[in-house]
Amino acid sequence: MKFLDEYRDGELAQKLAREIHRVTTRPWRIMEVCGGQTHAIVKFGIDELLPKNITLIHGPGCPVCVTPLEVIDKALEIAARPEVIFTSFGDMLRVPGSTTDLLSVKAKGGDVRIVYSPLDAVKLAEQNPAKEVVFFGVGFETTAPATAMAVFQAAQKGLKNFSMLISHVLVPPAIEALMSSPNCRVQGFLAAGHVCTVMGYEEYPPLAEKYRVPIVVTGFEPLDILQGILMVVQQLETGRATVENQYARSVRREGNQPAQELIKKVFRVVPRKWRGVGEIPQSGLGLAEAYAAFDAEKKFGVADHRVEEPADCLAGLVLQGLKKPHECPAFGKRCTPEHPLGATMVSSEGACAAYYRYRRHESLETIGAP
Amino acid sequence: MNTPEFNGTCPIPIQQYPHVLMAHGGGGRLMHQLLERVFGRAFSNPILDTRHDSAQFSVAAGTLAMTTDSYVVRPLFFPGGDIGSMAIHGTVNDLAMSGARPLYLSCGFIIEEGLPMETLWRVVCSMRDAAQRCGVQIITGDTKVVDKGKGDGLFINTTGIGTIEHAHSISPKSVRPGDAVILSGDVGRHGMAIMAEREGLKFESTIESDSAPVHEPVLALLKAGIEVHCLRDLTRGGLASALNEIAESAGVKIAIEQKRIPVREDVHAACEMLGLDPLHVANEGRFAAFIPRKDASRAVELLQQHEVTSGAVLIGDVAEASAPLVTLKSAIGASRILDMPSGEQLPRIC
Repeated sequence: MKFLDEYRDGELAQKLAREIHRVTTRPWRIMEVCGGQTHAIVKFGIDELLPKNITLIHGPGCPVCVTPLEVIDKALEIAARPEVIFTSFGDMLRVPGSTTDLLSVKAKGGDVRIVYSPLDAVKLAEQNPAKEVVFFGVGFETTAPATAMAVFQAAQKGLKNFSMLISHVLVPPAIEALMSSPNCRVQGFLAAGHVCTVMGYEEYPPLAEKYRVPIVVTGFEPLDILQGILMVVQQLETGRATVENQYARSVRREGNQPAQELIKKVFRVVPRKWRGVGEIPQSGLGLAEAYAAFDAEKKFGVADHRVEEPADCLAGLVLQGLKKPHECPAFGKRCTPEHPLGATMVSSEGACAAYYRYRRHESLETIGAP
Repeated sequence: MNTPEFNGTCPIPIQQYPHVLMAHGGGGRLMHQLLERVFGRAFSNPILDTRHDSAQFSVAAGTLAMTTDSYVVRPLFFPGGDIGSMAIHGTVNDLAMSGARPLYLSCGFIIEEGLPMETLWRVVCSMRDAAQRCGVQIITGDTKVVDKGKGDGLFINTTGIGTIEHAHSISPKSVRPGDAVILSGDVGRHGMAIMAEREGLKFESTIESDSAPVHEPVLALLKAGIEVHCLRDLTRGGLASALNEIAESAGVKIAIEQKRIPVREDVHAACEMLGLDPLHVANEGRFAAFIPRKDASRAVELLQQHEVTSGAVLIGDVAEASAPLVTLKSAIGASRILDMPSGEQLPRIC
């Protein structure tokens, strides 16, 4: 397939892998931030090509997976209401809240529908004036402009039967939260290419400088990721800690400014809980005052609903590289891909799910801490 | 035999009722009319035409194969097929997976009140055509009509009976280390055709379902004396689920290579866009065959001579293992575990 196969070339991948082997002299721990990158790493077996002393620490997975229990419980409550058409991206449907998931709500008669764009939800609201249409707005900065556009259009059209349950999250505050932990073992980051396509990467140099970590804006194909890793390792080996852009075919330093303006117009920055991790300050987007009428939490009276994340989930420590998934007491017992506790088990590419699926046949010694 | 064609010359035989009514399942005159004019007319054959409560037929002494499947696909008509042709092909293929020669089918219709009679007729004509192409006869059936809102237009169940004319034990348990894994053609088409149609996704080209009968190439393999160890159609859960089930039953490791697995460009593009893996997507005319390595290239050549399996390729091997496992050598040459999908395939946000 054009524009994809070029970045999946086996020979070039091997060549990059050899170069990584050549420049690596010491052990390094690198985190890929985005679930899309983790997906590619697992799908193509990229980590197998790396030297043994390079450890990839999988980031929090996709934004669906970091959506806190609390918000999912709110979604379940709203989706079960008879007057509601509840719309969501597909993969959100099977993510369990405290008791059940959206697929089960649908099975019990809730009108839960998959949409491919928030704008489809706006269309549904226009077509069903007697119904309340709610869109579950999740995602990193990548999907925020589309969510913002849906709210913006709904406002322009004067739709009264459209609202959003928002759980957008922001990447830089999460990196900051990880790095500010005194025990954090992450030494370099592959920043998420699509997030930076929207936001640019001007937020990253202060982080690189403050925590002395190389940050390389990286794409999602095998060659992108291998090259991103090579660039991080080259920095680590030479004692540099700067921001570099591997994904220049998509990312500009200043990002997509019209998209950023729309985000600023519709949203405001709020504190946000991350599943299994806890609250991270200034790490989420909520609707701005001017668009409060589209806030489903207020409309359906669920804003004050509070749910604590499970205490025995070590997702936060796994994300910091402090614990391996199997070191968690809940791993494989109370916490499985079918009944996940934290983000790292919810996402099929999350560190815990990946261990559960892909490495359960290996002995514990071979997957032990590096 | 009276064989009405479905096209301009295939008039709907029940003109006075444009929709199916509850009375069409009520046992009275309307039901009789529906059975005679629609099903009886389209499926006519000597066994069905006797109109007994049960069909009677003779078979040669030996082993029979029997299978049943229910079809609930939505939409009823999709690029490359419809619920009717699928209900024939699917059951014929299930018989073929035990190396059986498909002979007879039963079919049960559960019709939602209000289904346009023209829709039912189109489906029935499609079933008739598919059955003719497969060389099978529909010899008994049943019709029920359910209240509006209690069904999704039309559900069909077909049960198939076939004869086993070979002496092999075709089953997952027969899979041995040293077997080659042959894939009968490109994967992912049916699932993506349905998803594109259902969700109103527009791609540059229309993806067509691969729905087709595969019993002829299978019988050809057996006729050529190839020692077939196992056959498995790649329906729900796709290639990945089928291989995992077989690895589990046989207690072996199956190693396949991504590069050898054909996926059409349009299917690949649609999967990339929606975040789906073509190896997890359903097929309706594809199977995997486990055959001793020595016969593998001859088997591939034989399969390639049939249109439905013209894209047959060798995709991997079976090896001994301490725990059942399926591995995939990726496009960049690294190996990973190919797992079963956890639940329904859902489009991803990222």
